[in-house]
Amino acid sequence: MHDESPRQLPSQDRFPGLRRRGFLAATGAASLGAIALTGCGGPDSGDSKGDGTPKRGGRLRAAFAGGGAGETLDPHLSNLFADVARAKALFDKLADYGPDLSARPRLAEKWEPNKSLDRWKVTLRKATFHDGKPVTAKDVLYSYRRITDPDKAFRAKASLEPVDLDASRATGERSIEFVLKRPTAEFPNVLAAFGAYIVPENASDFDKKPIGSGPFRFVSFTPGRSAVFRRNDDYWDGAPHLEELEFVIANEESARVNALLGGQVEYAHELNPTTARAHENKGRIDIVRLPNSAMQAFCMKTDRPPFDDKRVREAFFLIADRKELIDGALSGAGEIGNDLFGKGYEYYADALPQREQDLDKARALLKKADAERLKVTLDTSAVAAGFTEAASIFRDQAKKAGVTIEVKKGSKDSYWNDILDSGTLCCYRSGAMPIETHISQRLLTDSTTNATKWRHKDFDALYQQAQSTRDKTERAAVYARMQRRLYSEGGFLVWGFADWIIGTLPRVKGVETKAPANTLDWARFDKVWLG
Amino acid sequence: MSGVRSFVARRLLLGAAQTVAVVLLVFALTEALPGDAAVALAGDQPDPARVAAIREAMNLDQPAWQRLADWAAGLPHGDLGTSLVSGRPVSQYIADGFAPTLLLAALTVALLVPVGFGLGVLAARHEGRLADRLISSVTLAVYAVPEFALGILLVTVLAIQLGWLPPTAVGYGADLLGHPAALVLPVLVLLARPVCSLVRLVRAGMIDALASPYVAQARRYGVPRARLRYAHALPNALAPAAQQLARTVDWLLSGVIVVEALFVIPGLGTVLLNAIAERDVPVVQGLAVVFGALTVVLNLGADLVALRLAPRTGVAA
Repeated sequence: MHDESPRQLPSQDRFPGLRRRGFLAATGAASLGAIALTGCGGPDSGDSKGDGTPKRGGRLRAAFAGGGAGETLDPHLSNLFADVARAKALFDKLADYGPDLSARPRLAEKWEPNKSLDRWKVTLRKATFHDGKPVTAKDVLYSYRRITDPDKAFRAKASLEPVDLDASRATGERSIEFVLKRPTAEFPNVLAAFGAYIVPENASDFDKKPIGSGPFRFVSFTPGRSAVFRRNDDYWDGAPHLEELEFVIANEESARVNALLGGQVEYAHELNPTTARAHENKGRIDIVRLPNSAMQAFCMKTDRPPFDDKRVREAFFLIADRKELIDGALSGAGEIGNDLFGKGYEYYADALPQREQDLDKARALLKKADAERLKVTLDTSAVAAGFTEAASIFRDQAKKAGVTIEVKKGSKDSYWNDILDSGTLCCYRSGAMPIETHISQRLLTDSTTNATKWRHKDFDALYQQAQSTRDKTERAAVYARMQRRLYSEGGFLVWGFADWIIGTLPRVKGVETKAPANTLDWARFDKVWLG
Repeated sequence: MSGVRSFVARRLLLGAAQTVAVVLLVFALTEALPGDAAVALAGDQPDPARVAAIREAMNLDQPAWQRLADWAAGLPHGDLGTSLVSGRPVSQYIADGFAPTLLLAALTVALLVPVGFGLGVLAARHEGRLADRLISSVTLAVYAVPEFALGILLVTVLAIQLGWLPPTAVGYGADLLGHPAALVLPVLVLLARPVCSLVRLVRAGMIDALASPYVAQARRYGVPRARLRYAHALPNALAPAAQQLARTVDWLLSGVIVVEALFVIPGLGTVLLNAIAERDVPVVQGLAVVFGALTVVLNLGADLVALRLAPRTGVAA
C-alpha cells in the first residue's frame, strides 16, 4: 500500500547524496568518506548491507537499552544511546560527525570564520519543522540558550562553553553570527556536539507532542517502553524509506537478542561479542560491527605516586599485552590501541610505532624509578562491558613484570564520579568524539573530567595554538605534536577500541557499517529500508 | 468474633508501624549508597559543576531529614512525591508498573492454586506409589532450577528453536492482554517454583492429617472417604499452605525482576531496579510504602484464613 508512488524513489533517494557530495567539495571540507554517508547503495558505498534499490514503506522496530519510566524526549536531556537515537529521528543538529568524527553540515548549510577564528557566520539550509514553520536563526539561538541555561544541567552545556551567546545574534532569517570567547578553529565540532539539537523557539515540553525538523514525526511515546514515529515526507535530506519507526526498550541484552531472533524487532542495538560470534553468518540474523566505537583504557593519575614518575607510566605502557586484552575482555571484538585516543579519526597520529609488550624494558624502567615490587590498586566496576575482565587480565600481565595489582571493584552507579579524583589507576572507556573534544574535555588544566590529572601549561598552549590555526595542515601538525607527547608520557594506557555490535534481521537494508556509535550514520533510520 | 476484630486491629497497627520502619530503613539505606541521583545522572560526564547543578535542581543540596520530611508531609494526602529524575509523580510510576505486575500475578495465582493443591492432594492420596514418586521427584527437580535458568531454557527451546511462542513481550507495553501468547512463558516461569513448594506443602500436610488420630476416629465412624479427605483432612493441610501462598502472592506483586527483565515486561520490579540505579529516592520510597503495605495486608489475610481453617492452631500476633 505504500508502493503507490514508486516514481518518487530515484529522485528522493539518489540525489541527496549527490547534492551533499557537490556541496562538501565546494566548501573544501570534503573527505571521500562522505560519499558513503547516505548509504543508499551506490557502487562506492562502504555499506555491505545496502544491496538493491531502497524500498518504501513498512515499520521497523528497534530495540535499545533504555532509562525506564524516567525517560524523556527532551533532546537536550539525551544521555543514553536510546535517547540519542530517538532525538536524531525527531530533531537535527546544525552539524554532525562523519565516520572520521569530522563535523559535517546538517541544518547548517555552511560556516565561515573571520580571520581570527572567534566569529563564525553560520548559514542555515531551508528546512521546516514538523508543524510547517521554517527553521530560523531565532530557533537556533533559543536552543543554544536553553542548553546553556545556568539553572539547568544539560549535557551539551560544556560543549557550548566557547560560545558567547549574549553577543551572538541573528543576522537574517537563516544566518547567525556566533561570537566566541576565544579563537576556536574546531567550532564546527561545537555545532555537532552530543545533545546540541535545534528545537523550535520557546519549546519546553517535549513529552506531549515534540516538534523537530528531523526525518520522523512524533506519533506516541510511553517512557521506558516504546516510542512510535512516522515518516516526515518533507524532510530536507529526503524523506525516510520507512513508513514508521518504533523504538522499544529492552534492558537485558539476552532479551534484545531473543526478540530479534523471534522476529519481534528488526534491529537490536548493543549486543555482546559472544552473542555476535554465536549468530554471525548463521543466516538468521545479520551482525553489524561498527569499528572504533569505544576506546578502552587504563587511566593513570599523573599527579600522584607512583604515576607522577613518567618512567612508571612508560613501564605500564610496556606491560600491556593488548592482543590478550582484546581477546579476553572484548572476546576479540575490537582493535588494539596505541595509547592514543581516536584511532581512525581525523588528526589521529597513525604514524607512531605500535607499542608492544616488553617486560624486560618495563622491569628496567621500574628499577630506574625505584619502583620495583610496586603495589597498585586498580579500580574497576561492572559499569561497562569487559571492565572487570580487563582488570584481572592486566593484573596477571603486571605480575610478570613484578608489579602487584590489587583489583578493587566499585559501585557501577557512581563509578565515573568515584574515579575522577580518587585512586591512582582505573579502568576507563570513552565513546566516539573528535580528538580535539577528547583533549579539551580531559587533558587541559581546566578540563572538567580530567581523570588522568594531566595538567601542563605547555600542552594547554599547544591546544590554544591549534585552535588559533586557520590552516588545516598546520593544525594537524600541532595535533600530531600533542599526540606524540601523550604517546610517550601520557596518562591514558589505551589498549583497544571496541566494536559496537548491532544485530538486524536480514531484510533490514541500508544499515551503515562504518559509522562509530554516536556519529551521524549510527542508528540513522531515515536511510534504512525493509527488503 | 470480637477476639478476631481486636486481633485484626492489633495486626493493622503493627503493620503500619512495620511499614514506617521499612520506609525509614529504605531511606537510610538509599542515602548510604555511594553517590546520589546527581552522580548517577551525570554518568560518564561527572563534571563537578554539572553534578552540583543537577544536585541543586533536584533539591539534593537540602539536608536528608528535610527531604524525608517534605516527602512524608505529602503522604497523608496520598501524595507519594515526584521523581527526582523526570519530575513525574511517583504514583504514576507505580500505576504504570502495577498493571503488568498485577496481570502476571493474577494469572499465576489463578493457575497456581488449582495445580498446586490438585497435585499435592493427588500425591498424598497415592503416597509411596508411582504417582507420588513422580510428582515428588519432578517438583523437587524443578524447584532446584532458578527462574533465570528456566526462563532462558524455555525461551531457547519453545520460542527460538520451535517458534511456538513469542520470546519476549517487547513493545507490547501495557497491552499485554492483547498478546496472550507472550504471557505463556513468563507465567510458566513464575509458576514453576511456587507450584513445587505448594505441592510439597499440601502433600505433607495432607499425609500428616490423614495419619492423625481424629481422621482415624472419623474413619471408624464410617465417614465416606471423599468427605474425610476433603472436609476433614484438607483444611488442616491448607493452613500452612495459605501462608505459603500469601508469601508467593507478595513475591509476585513486588515484581519479579528476573522474569520482567528476561521477557521485557515493564512491571514494578523494573521500576524499582531503575529507581535504585538512578538513586531516585522518592520512587524507591513510594515503592517501599506500597510493598510494605502489601506485605502486611497479605500476611494478615493469610493468618485470618489459617485461623478460619484450623482454629485450634491459634495465631501469634
